[in-house]
Amino acid sequence: MSRSTGTSGHEGALDDLLKAKTSEGAQEMASRENTTRRELRSEFGGVLRLPEGVSLDADDINYEAPDDETMILNLGPSHPSTHGVLRVMVEIRGEQVLRTKPVIGYLHTGMEKTGEELMYQQGSTNVTRMDYLSPFFNEVAYCLSVEKLAGIEVPERAGWIRMLMCELNRISSHLLWLATNGADLGALNMLVYGWRDRELLLSFFEKVSGLRMNHNYIRPGGVAADLPDGWRDDVAAICDTVMRRMDEYDNLLTGQPLLQNRMSGVGALDASTAVGLGLTGPLLRSTGVAYDVRRDYPYLYYDDVRFDVIVGTLGDCWDRFAIRFNEIRESVRIIRQVAKAMPNGDYRAQDKKVTPPPRNRINESMEALIHHFKLFTEGFRVAPGDAYVPVESPRGELGCYIVSDGTSRPYRLHVRAPSFANLQALAPMARGAFIPDVIACISSIDPVLGDVDR
Amino acid sequence: MGLEELNHNFFTGTLEGVVKWARASSSWGANFGLACCAIEMMGAGAANYDLARFGMEVFRASPRQADLMIVAGRLSQKMAPVLRQVYDQMMEPKWVISMGVCASTGGMFNNYALVQGVDQVVPVDVYTPGCPPGPETLIHSILTLHEQIRRGEITRRRTLTGAGAGIHVEEIRSVQPSSPAVTHAVER
Amino acid sequence: MSEAGATEPTEPNEPAVAEGQAPLYGCPVTDLFGQRTVHTDRARYFALMEGLHKDGFEACIGVSGVDYLTHPGRDLPTGVGAERFEVVVELLSFSRKERLRVRCQVPAGDPVVPSLFDLWPGSEAHERETFDMFGVRFSDHPDLTRILMPEDWEGHPLRKDYAPAHVAVQFKEAPK
Repeated sequence: MSRSTGTSGHEGALDDLLKAKTSEGAQEMASRENTTRRELRSEFGGVLRLPEGVSLDADDINYEAPDDETMILNLGPSHPSTHGVLRVMVEIRGEQVLRTKPVIGYLHTGMEKTGEELMYQQGSTNVTRMDYLSPFFNEVAYCLSVEKLAGIEVPERAGWIRMLMCELNRISSHLLWLATNGADLGALNMLVYGWRDRELLLSFFEKVSGLRMNHNYIRPGGVAADLPDGWRDDVAAICDTVMRRMDEYDNLLTGQPLLQNRMSGVGALDASTAVGLGLTGPLLRSTGVAYDVRRDYPYLYYDDVRFDVIVGTLGDCWDRFAIRFNEIRESVRIIRQVAKAMPNGDYRAQDKKVTPPPRNRINESMEALIHHFKLFTEGFRVAPGDAYVPVESPRGELGCYIVSDGTSRPYRLHVRAPSFANLQALAPMARGAFIPDVIACISSIDPVLGDVDR
Repeated sequence: MGLEELNHNFFTGTLEGVVKWARASSSWGANFGLACCAIEMMGAGAANYDLARFGMEVFRASPRQADLMIVAGRLSQKMAPVLRQVYDQMMEPKWVISMGVCASTGGMFNNYALVQGVDQVVPVDVYTPGCPPGPETLIHSILTLHEQIRRGEITRRRTLTGAGAGIHVEEIRSVQPSSPAVTHAVER
Repeated sequence: MSEAGATEPTEPNEPAVAEGQAPLYGCPVTDLFGQRTVHTDRARYFALMEGLHKDGFEACIGVSGVDYLTHPGRDLPTGVGAERFEVVVELLSFSRKERLRVRCQVPAGDPVVPSLFDLWPGSEAHERETFDMFGVRFSDHPDLTRILMPEDWEGHPLRKDYAPAHVAVQFKEAPK
């Protein structure tokens, strides 16, 4: 490790850091002799089940260390495969991967602790930064739980606006996935195309909420501001452009034999392993289980729009590619329906105890001034209880478990992060594959480390 | 830093200028995207904002081949030694841009999990505000850094502070608060 | 947890421990806004989970913990004694299109709970996180190590008696 020679007077304080090691001890993968058989089971997804429902005895699984020597290789956490600070340790024999163990926590931000310090109306700013590729979903999950606990009725228009923004966010998240997946597999063009198309969506988000990312737009009671004038034209332009471009990408990618070879048959999962591991989202749907929270536990106004739930068969990377690709098209379909059905009305609940008054009212009305003061210094109190409302984020089931104790701050804020659970799929997917296939598998899981680590 | 040990005189003046120009015009970034800011950094490198026109053609995965480390995102306690290791592997001359408020000061997360500012771990030359800073703000901070390198200001500042140059830039927002969309909503 | 300005709590939402909510495997069931929750203590926990698994709850969506140190007076059905920690498990059934929450009381003096790894392998990472953040141990867990914090971290951050913010920066192997 080379020592820095550039800046003087600085090294004294950092001497101890220079000696700091990056070893994480027991969290890392140990050699086979030093790993218990129970832990080795994760190689096979934990428990093997035969389709008839009979379960395989744990002792029937072959854990034998192969006669060749194996090597434990470390990938990350600073790694060019652009999925964030994920560290993966793989045990390989030659080029073939046997065990995989992700080591996470490199982006742990203590958001659940910060959430206990912020008032309910400030909570959106915190949760929005968890899954930073789909911030609206975090906000919706949080707000639905808060509204359930506090008994806040959200006006219809606000609900439809939330749906619109969420589906647009799904498109931008899946476009980013197409971009990074392409980059990981070598289709570098997609990196540039994906970001080009995201710019359309991000400039719309900026127009609506003021920020390109991490919007803090969806708040308990509704949304922060109404849609700007001319939003229908913007949304129509986005939908048309995205659909046109998806056809171009279909042309570019789907028939490509290289891409098919890289993804077909790679990272196959079966439905029982997927269900046992608690996977959700495209990962679960690729194995044939048609679980989509929008369909099975509808929230907002999803039971008023028509859309298809896209399901795969083999559970390999190709299926997930196809699912995400077509989910973009389905989202466009939903957005067009939402744009047609958008009702007029309030964009936030008129409940004075929850929603701050408009700024110009504060000069005129004493009551508005008092409410404004109370809301921004104390916040609104929520009756004790607990609530968990799941939403379908681009990665799977996302939900916010909030425990309230009657004060204006959550007592406990726990986010059920889809990527955290989905990452457990890496071990069974990567077994027997090559190292580049591990990259393809990680990309196919689509983890967002902000979601994983929170 | 190589140049500084030179005996500065009339003859080396032009040479120094050329070297500084070359360094500023072709600084390649090291991959150190951590969180949300990394997405905006990639957005800055993509087609709409294009960092390549400023000489930052590629982001090198190997720190040995990089000059500029943009710490994009929140630095957690677990990641701090990794950051230091990657920084140490970079060859001189090297610069650090701390992108975003989480990297600069810990941002909105003043808790047990985050390092409250990466300048506790590495010397920072430019602090970029924003959560996340848009690509325009990032480009502004990169160009500020390039300007400082080109003029030699950066070495002077570093000797002053004893650590990084510590330049603060302003955030650039393309949507101003007075734009029609936002005031219309607020007045409702 | 500083509560500058927040005044006395409001009335609780009344969970209905009433008709239609028959106990499951001897554990009382409540319903709050349509969310069914089974309350249990440690003794009945694993038997309850085995029963639910057999009944068709194929997926364990998440396992998390709550530290009730500063909110001891929460509403619990009769027969369930409040303890400091709670382990909360979300279960999902695809075949029955049902969700269920299980809340298990865990005493502070001996925070050990059976692991759900044999029933739902996906609970492994969630239980590690609960251990890391609260110090609740899961017996028979294949790999109970910290998952989010560095390995040599001291303390369990999400406990209520852990300093919330403004702590001095703690580096690995740096002088404290």
